[in-house]
Amino acid sequence: MKVLVPVKRVIDYNVKVRVKADGSGVDLANVKMSMNPFDEIAVEEAIRLKEAGKADEVVAVSIGVKQAQETLRTALAMGADRAILVIAAEDVHTDVEPLAVAKIIKGIVDEEQPGLVLCGKQAIDNDMNATGQMLAALLGWSQGTFASEVDIEGDTAKVTREVDGGLQTISVKMPTVVTVDLRLNEPRYASLPNIMKAKKKPLDEKTAADYGVDVTPRLEVVSTVEPAARAAGEIVGSVDELVTKLKEAGAI
Amino acid sequence: MAVLLLAEVNDGVLSLDATAKAVSAAAKLGDVTVLCAGGSAADAAAEAAKIAGVSKVLCAEDATLGHRLAESTAALIVSLADDYIHIVAPATTDAKNVLPRVAALLDVMVISDASGVVDSDTFERPIYAGNAVQTVKSSDATKVVSFRTSTFDAAGEQAAAPVENIGAAENPGLSEWVEDKVAASDRPELTSAGVVVSGGRGVGSEDDFALIEALADKLGAAVGASRAAVDSGFAPNDWQVGQTGKVVAPDLYIAVGISGAIQHLAGMKDSKIIVAINKDEDAPIFQVADYGLVADLFAAVPELTEKLG
Ligand SMILES: Cc1cc2nc3c(=O)[nH]c(=O)nc-3n(C[C@H](O)[C@H](O)[C@H](O)COP(=O)(O)OP(=O)(O)OC[C@H]3O[C@@H](n4cnc5c(N)ncnc54)[C@H](O)[C@@H]3O)c2cc1C
Ligand SMILES: Nc1ncnc2c1ncn2[C@@H]1O[C@H](COP(=O)(O)O)[C@@H](O)[C@H]1O
Repeated sequence: MKVLVPVKRVIDYNVKVRVKADGSGVDLANVKMSMNPFDEIAVEEAIRLKEAGKADEVVAVSIGVKQAQETLRTALAMGADRAILVIAAEDVHTDVEPLAVAKIIKGIVDEEQPGLVLCGKQAIDNDMNATGQMLAALLGWSQGTFASEVDIEGDTAKVTREVDGGLQTISVKMPTVVTVDLRLNEPRYASLPNIMKAKKKPLDEKTAADYGVDVTPRLEVVSTVEPAARAAGEIVGSVDELVTKLKEAGAI
Repeated sequence: MAVLLLAEVNDGVLSLDATAKAVSAAAKLGDVTVLCAGGSAADAAAEAAKIAGVSKVLCAEDATLGHRLAESTAALIVSLADDYIHIVAPATTDAKNVLPRVAALLDVMVISDASGVVDSDTFERPIYAGNAVQTVKSSDATKVVSFRTSTFDAAGEQAAAPVENIGAAENPGLSEWVEDKVAASDRPELTSAGVVVSGGRGVGSEDDFALIEALADKLGAAVGASRAAVDSGFAPNDWQVGQTGKVVAPDLYIAVGISGAIQHLAGMKDSKIIVAINKDEDAPIFQVADYGLVADLFAAVPELTEKLG
C-alpha cells in the first residue's frame, strides 16, 4: 500500500504573528516557516506504517509556493520516499484554499492510487480544519478525522477520534482519508545523515494547471486585523485578596 | 433567504446550548430551518422547535444516521441543499467533521469557526490561533459556515415551530460506528459553563488534578486542561482548551499551573474574567489575567477552595 501525506508549509508555531499594517494578512516575509505540526505527526504515522510492513511507499506532497520544497525535504529526511511539489502560488502570502488543495490532491490520488491519505487535522495558519474531509468527499472515500489511533486491518481501518464528548472509534472502508490529531504519536527528528540522504530523494515539480485545478479563491479577504487586546490586570498578594477582588467583581 | 442549521444531536439528545447559540448567529442570515439527524432524533427535534427564531425543524431518524457518521450525514445535507443559501452548524467536532465534506460535495468553500456575521456573504473568523481576525466574503452560491459558539449568545424560547419528518439519503456505506468512550460527569459542560477551572502541566499528575476538580466543584465549574496536561495523561482529551481543543468564554476562567502559550490562550482569552495561579511571575498567562496570583498551586488552590466555602 502506498501512503500519501499532504504537508503544508506554515509559520513556525513558536513565531510571534504580526498582522500587516495594510490589513491584507499576516506578515510572512523573513519569518521562520516550518512543517505544519499536525503534518509532522502524519508523516511519522506513515513512516511507522512502512516500518511495520503495512505500507510500502510514503509520498509527501505540498501545494503552494516554491519554498515548500524545504518542507518536503523535511518529510523526506524524516523518512518519506519521494515528494511532489505542486506550485500554485508565487507570493508567500498567498494561501491556497482547502477546496483547491483538495482538488489538486485528488488529481495526485488519481495518478498515484494510494490506499491511504494521512492529512493533518488543521493547518495552524488558516485554522480551517477542512482539507482532509473535502478530499474524502471529492474522492467518494470514507474519512476518519481527528485520529488519536489508527489500526489498519485489511480492507478496513479502525480509527479512534478525539471528539467533544471524549473518544469515538469507527471502522472505515479502505481506501480512506485520515486526519491526525496531536496525540497519535510523537514525531521523530530527522538525523543529520538522513537530512543528507533526503537531498538525493526524488522531488517532482508540478503546477496546479497540470491537474486542471483553478486555484482562484472563493473567499475574498476583506480585512485582517489584530484581535482586541485585553486591558491590563493586576497581581494580587494573597488568596484572601483574590477572593475579595473576585467578590467585588461579582465573579463569585 | 433560507438557512439550514445542523443541530448538535448526540445519541438522540439535543445539545441545546450549542444549537441555540448557532441559531442566534444563523438568524442574522435568514429564515432558520433546523435539521435534527440521528438514529433517534424526535426528542431533539421537539426541543429544537422551541428555540426562538427557528421556523421549522426537519427530523431525520434513521439507523444509518446514528453516531453522526460524516458520510451519511453529509449525503443527507447535500440532498436538502438546493433549498438553502446557507448551511450552518455550531463549530463542534461533529460539525467540523461533516461540513467540509458537504461543502466539497457542493463545490463550495467552507467557512470554519466564524466568530461574526457581517452580512449574508461576509464573515469574521479568527486565524493563526486567534492572533488575527480575518473578514472574508464568499462568492459561492451556497455558504457553508460553522459558528464559534463562544461568541454568540444562546437564542431564547418560543412556542414550538412545526416539525417535519424526513428520510435519510442513500447510505454511502463507507463507515461504521464501533464504540464511544465518554466519561459521565455531573459537572457542567465545558463550552457552556459559566465558570471553568483549568489545570496545566504544573499540576504534576493525574492524582493531583483532584485539587483542580475540588476547586471546580466548589464553584460549580467545568474542568479544563492545557494540552500539556492532556498529553501527560493528567486529564482526558475532551478537557483540552485551546487552538486545537475547545474554545470557551465563561464569566470566570481560572488557569492553574498553565504557562499561557498562545495555543492555549486561543481557547480562553475571550473569557470575561481571567484568574491565573502560577509560581513563575514571568509566565505569559499573567499578561491576559485580570487577577494574577504568584504562588505555589499546591498551597494556593486548597486555600482558595477552602475560603470559597
Ligand atoms: C499545533 C499545536 C497545537 C496546540 N494546541 C494546544 C491547545 O489546543 N491547547 C493548549 O493548551 N496547548 C496547545 N498546544 C501546546 C502549547 O504550545 C503549550 O505547549 C501548552 O499549552 C503548555 O501547557 P502548560 O501551560 O500546561 O505547560 P507548561 O508550558 O509547561 O507550563 C506549566 C506552568 O506551570 C507552572 N507551575 C509549575 N509548577 C507549579 C506549581 N507548583 N505552582 C504553580 N505553578 C506551577 C510553571 O511555572 C509553568 O508556567 C499546541 C501546540 C501545538 C504545536
Ligand atoms: N497547501 C497545502 N499543501 C499540502 N497539504 C495541505 C495544504 N493545505 C492543507 N493541507 C493538508 O490539510 C490539512 C488540514 O489543513 P486545513 O484544512 O487548511 O486546516 C493539513 O494539515 C495538511 O495535511
